[in-house]
Amino acid sequence: MENGTIEQLQKKATLLRKDIVEMITAAASGHPGGSLSAADLITALYFKVLRHKPSEPEWSDRDRFILSKGHGAPALYAALARTGYFPVENLKTLRKLGSPLQGHPEKGKLVGIEASTGSLGQGVSIGAGMALAGRLDRKDYRVYVLMGDGEANEGQVWEAAMFAAHYKIDHLTVILDCNRQQLDGWTAEILDIEPLADKWRAFGWQVIDFNGHDFGQILKAFDEARRTTGKPTLLLARTTKGKGVSFMENNLEFHGVAPTTDQLQASLKELDR
Amino acid sequence: MKTKSPSEMKAAVQREKKLGLATRDAYGQVLVELGQADPRIVAVDADLSKSTKSGLFGKAFPDRFFNCGIAEANMVSVAAGLASCGKIPFASSFASFLLCKSFDQLRMSVANPSLNVKIVGSHGGISLGEDGASQQSVEDFALACALPKFTVLSPADEISCRALVRLAAEHVGPVYIRTGRPKAPIIYTGSEHFQLGRANKIVAGEDVTIIANGLLVWEALVASDLCRERGISVAVIDLHTLKPIDEAAIIAAAEETGAIVTAEEHLLSGGVASRVAQVVAEHHPVPMASVGIADTYAESGTPAELMEKYGLTAKHLVQAVESVLKRKK
Repeated sequence: MENGTIEQLQKKATLLRKDIVEMITAAASGHPGGSLSAADLITALYFKVLRHKPSEPEWSDRDRFILSKGHGAPALYAALARTGYFPVENLKTLRKLGSPLQGHPEKGKLVGIEASTGSLGQGVSIGAGMALAGRLDRKDYRVYVLMGDGEANEGQVWEAAMFAAHYKIDHLTVILDCNRQQLDGWTAEILDIEPLADKWRAFGWQVIDFNGHDFGQILKAFDEARRTTGKPTLLLARTTKGKGVSFMENNLEFHGVAPTTDQLQASLKELDR
Repeated sequence: MKTKSPSEMKAAVQREKKLGLATRDAYGQVLVELGQADPRIVAVDADLSKSTKSGLFGKAFPDRFFNCGIAEANMVSVAAGLASCGKIPFASSFASFLLCKSFDQLRMSVANPSLNVKIVGSHGGISLGEDGASQQSVEDFALACALPKFTVLSPADEISCRALVRLAAEHVGPVYIRTGRPKAPIIYTGSEHFQLGRANKIVAGEDVTIIANGLLVWEALVASDLCRERGISVAVIDLHTLKPIDEAAIIAAAEETGAIVTAEEHLLSGGVASRVAQVVAEHHPVPMASVGIADTYAESGTPAELMEKYGLTAKHLVQAVESVLKRKK
């Protein structure tokens, strides 16, 4: 989308949210809560921020995007389909036998997927490697990794945080979809990882703390990341799990359970308002 | 002076043990040569580059070497990212840490998308000696072979190591190479042909075939000499590529000699014994015996003491040959 205005982005985000609940209902399994919390961030990336060519997915100068929280796959698949990587009707094959739309993204199975994720904690490291390769090749592409706050429990995330800061990988931007919940409950209760901003700053990162559902703030954060040199940037996006569907918002039941058909209809009605 | 029997004199002149470089040293040298020829070659290490010898590459190409610190999981995923953007990363650490600490990263970051990453585990087996069980690697073959599409290599000496590392760099796809800490006896002359997935028959024989890899190839050669003195003709195969396994060579050995002994510096489960047995059982069942480490971790000691205590010497191979011959029809 050219010159995506905030209003246009909001419309795209609604479209993605409808795709997400429809896909997961059709699959009868999946993770609506974490897909919906990331929907605005992924919309901003695919419709505004990323330098990419859906018709030429292997373009060597493209920005790379890794969905490290692989269970948010429906949001990514919807963005890929809606930007033209593959036909929108393929979205309904999510999680079906033989479909390239695996339950969690797999590189090599589906066009536009840059890494195989779902085993949490690996995306930041992979992204750091991609950014280093770009530096060696004197290319200016950027690498974006979207991870979860529950995912920050993984030790590898902090290994990667040390590594990217040490090597001053400023073409790496990590977006932390901080929806405050993980499978077993509230992150504050399962394994409290706050203060996240202080932790990442202490690891040598530029940190921007903002509302992950406000496109004005989202775009401003991405701009600031692009202008940051000499260190990687962590975009600490404060989000709501299940955002956009009231009965899913902050509702732990919708971490990994598909909506019923009735719940789908209610969701679509609400999103259409 | 005690007079030697004719057979003892024969054995003495037959095989002179000439120690070459450790395979880790050969790896470090050839990695530098590869780096000179191909700018896509990069290296990562986890604070063991002085021991794994990837540090030689780091000295030669500081811009293409990334020390990841003592963080193997991150290192393997970083290598995956480098590979997905066209680099040919060699990731080195001790075999035990690489396979055990970063197994999930090998699984999802590397093997799942089948990326062109070369994993080089030094200090393989127990022959690193005194550092003990935490540093020794007795399960790396089993783990590496469990990764779909991985090629798994274990060179026997510096000459085969150079050849196999070069072939690994040319091969497009994930590779695991085990190297060793101690100096390795020279097996090859340098004129032999190496091909990934094609075992090398080093000695012809009629009664039994020993199929070995790594340092056990030398022990197999000595065992074949000792057996010859006893009138037993033993063939020796260097199974430098454990995966994909050379089925044709194994089936031919079963057909020609009718009995097989395997030998490895690894647990008896999941390595040479298991993989050869699967081929033999499916295609041409013959009696087998295996030399390797029983269901245990080893301990501190000199390399020679450990190889003796854990049953990995030519003497143990001769016993295995004799036992398998009793079961041969």
